[in-house]
Amino acid sequence: MNVRSEALKVAPSVLTTHLIDLASASVRDLNTALHALKHDTNETAWRVIHPRGRHAVAVGIDAPISVEIDGNVGYYCGGMNKLATVLVNGNAGVGVAENIMSGFVHVKGDASQAAGATGCGGFLLIDGNASARCGISMKGVDIVVKGSVGHMSAFMAQAGTLTVLGDAGESLGDSIYEARLYVRGSVTSLGADCIEKEMRDEHKAQLHEKLAAAGLAGEVDVSDFKRYGSARTLYHFHVDNVSSY
Amino acid sequence: MNDVPKIPRTVPRKSATFDDYTLSEIRRAAATGIYDIRGGGAKRKLPHFDDLLFLGASISRYPLEGYRERCGTEVVLGTRFAKKPIHLKIPITIAGMSFGSLSGPAKEALGRGASAMGTSTTTGDGGMTPEERGHSSLLVYQYLPSRYGMNPDDLRKADAIEVVVGQGAKPGGGGMLLGQKISPRVAKMRTLPEGIDQRSACRHPDWTGPDDLEIKIEELREITDWEKPIYVKVGAARPYYDTALAVKSGADVVVVDGMQGGTAATQEVFIENVGLPTLAAVRQCVQALQDLDMHRKVQLIVSGGIRNGADVAKALALGADAVSIGTAALVALGDNDPHYEAEYEALGTVAGAYDDWHEGRDPAGITTQDPELMKRLDPVLAGRRLANYLAVMTLEAQTIARACGKSHVHNLEPEDLVALTIEAAAMARVPLAGTDWIPGLTKGL
Repeated sequence: MNVRSEALKVAPSVLTTHLIDLASASVRDLNTALHALKHDTNETAWRVIHPRGRHAVAVGIDAPISVEIDGNVGYYCGGMNKLATVLVNGNAGVGVAENIMSGFVHVKGDASQAAGATGCGGFLLIDGNASARCGISMKGVDIVVKGSVGHMSAFMAQAGTLTVLGDAGESLGDSIYEARLYVRGSVTSLGADCIEKEMRDEHKAQLHEKLAAAGLAGEVDVSDFKRYGSARTLYHFHVDNVSSY
Repeated sequence: MNDVPKIPRTVPRKSATFDDYTLSEIRRAAATGIYDIRGGGAKRKLPHFDDLLFLGASISRYPLEGYRERCGTEVVLGTRFAKKPIHLKIPITIAGMSFGSLSGPAKEALGRGASAMGTSTTTGDGGMTPEERGHSSLLVYQYLPSRYGMNPDDLRKADAIEVVVGQGAKPGGGGMLLGQKISPRVAKMRTLPEGIDQRSACRHPDWTGPDDLEIKIEELREITDWEKPIYVKVGAARPYYDTALAVKSGADVVVVDGMQGGTAATQEVFIENVGLPTLAAVRQCVQALQDLDMHRKVQLIVSGGIRNGADVAKALALGADAVSIGTAALVALGDNDPHYEAEYEALGTVAGAYDDWHEGRDPAGITTQDPELMKRLDPVLAGRRLANYLAVMTLEAQTIARACGKSHVHNLEPEDLVALTIEAAAMARVPLAGTDWIPGLTKGL
């Protein structure tokens, strides 16, 4: 495995960053090294270069570390993350941070489909746009997208929040359960059982908290957003609702 | 007064098309406006393993002595990529059934019974429970479209991972766990409000085809450090292509579930009208593996209506490496037991036909979350019953294998079989009994 440590130029001298070059090391090497870390590890700073769109980069981490990836990644980067901060200095492919449990995944560029899919906790921040089905089946993750999201985003979303500073595509929140959706821009259309809801103080407070966590405190006005959620009319199957299916 | 000859009355004749069941279903639909939802697998008569017979040894083949000469039953699953393949003592596993659909004691009993016989159990929609992990020496963790309760810690605790694409009762369909069974614990595990109907997704949310599946499997392997065997489970519909694509996607094991395979709850019309019978699927799966030169390298598990050792032996003879049982395992625990006949009648059914598992009122305490009903199932006793049943199935399969001259149940082969019907001969690709005619393959004598 081609792993080396180098002194961080900007960090205290006691802190070293472990560098993994995916031009010579494999994804297996990377994940093996990350999985070996314990919760009390001192090896908290990791940097990955030349990812070149590889899949499954930095998946299944279960330690409070920081992994910075310089370049674009393929599918499922940061998948099932626990505790770690994963920063992608590039674009992310399908399913970035899928089923994230905790920690923080930050994509500086754009994300492809199913970003944050089934995420159970933690925070996913996408500086650019996210494609279709962002937050599909989300189960507690908080997602903030500074750009826009594609169609069928938050499909069957169960819990958590999806905050979109840009626009949302067709059928936002289709078949949504208890997740909360905040959108600043336009929404092409709402999906089945998804409605615009009143933005009460508690929601403004929650939105402010999520925006602050995304580093946007004071930059964005929460009153610019509309809230969407479940009408709860489809929570029990009934023949009178058959036209909704 | 003239006597008018009486015209003999025609005996009342019910329609074969509009039989009593069909009429009752029309009336039920008219009254409720919703399709019938039930548990279990297809109940209609289907070509099945009963339509095959073994050719015991005589002169051209030499049998082995029963109870004296060894006939092996062990099977290893996951020899393709996994660092830690699963070693089973018998070629019969317990199929995936969810906590939520089943009670906690029922899951415990399955674990106890399977572990006693050296085989595995499987989780289901809703995640892994400590009771299940604690009582199953070998546990397969299902990775389902709903991703209810999906947790990387549980992935790492599992002995294998089964990526569920579909199941035999409903290929292409999702599930519906009605609100009656959504206890606080079940609701919490699934991150949904209590008491609402829960739809299980019909497709995986973050991949859309075989190329994506390959990448998904790679992710699961990376997360678990390539230790666990990865199964891919499909409902029998296009088994040749689905098997080939599962192999292409990197599966260690392919699981094919025929339409006799059960479900916790889905539409009756779906259960009875979608998919292929188990018998029709096996040889297509085996053919795909053989065409790819992966037979016995990627293992094949067959499920859907497996009931006894003869079914096991026939599935293995057709090329499977192991079988899985679900409904039969529940019956072994005590499901549909005549002991509760009066209570089944009170529910409008009879013992042996009860399938409204989604309603949560199972008198046997198996397919329920009702605390009082759950107490009825003693997991220790029920586990022993399951172990006994698995032992009997294994002994039966060994008996047949020895009669065919095999020192291991995996040495059974299609040449040991004939079919009783043309349909079964065509599906299983074995000769019609008394001939050498395999419809579609040979001209016969």
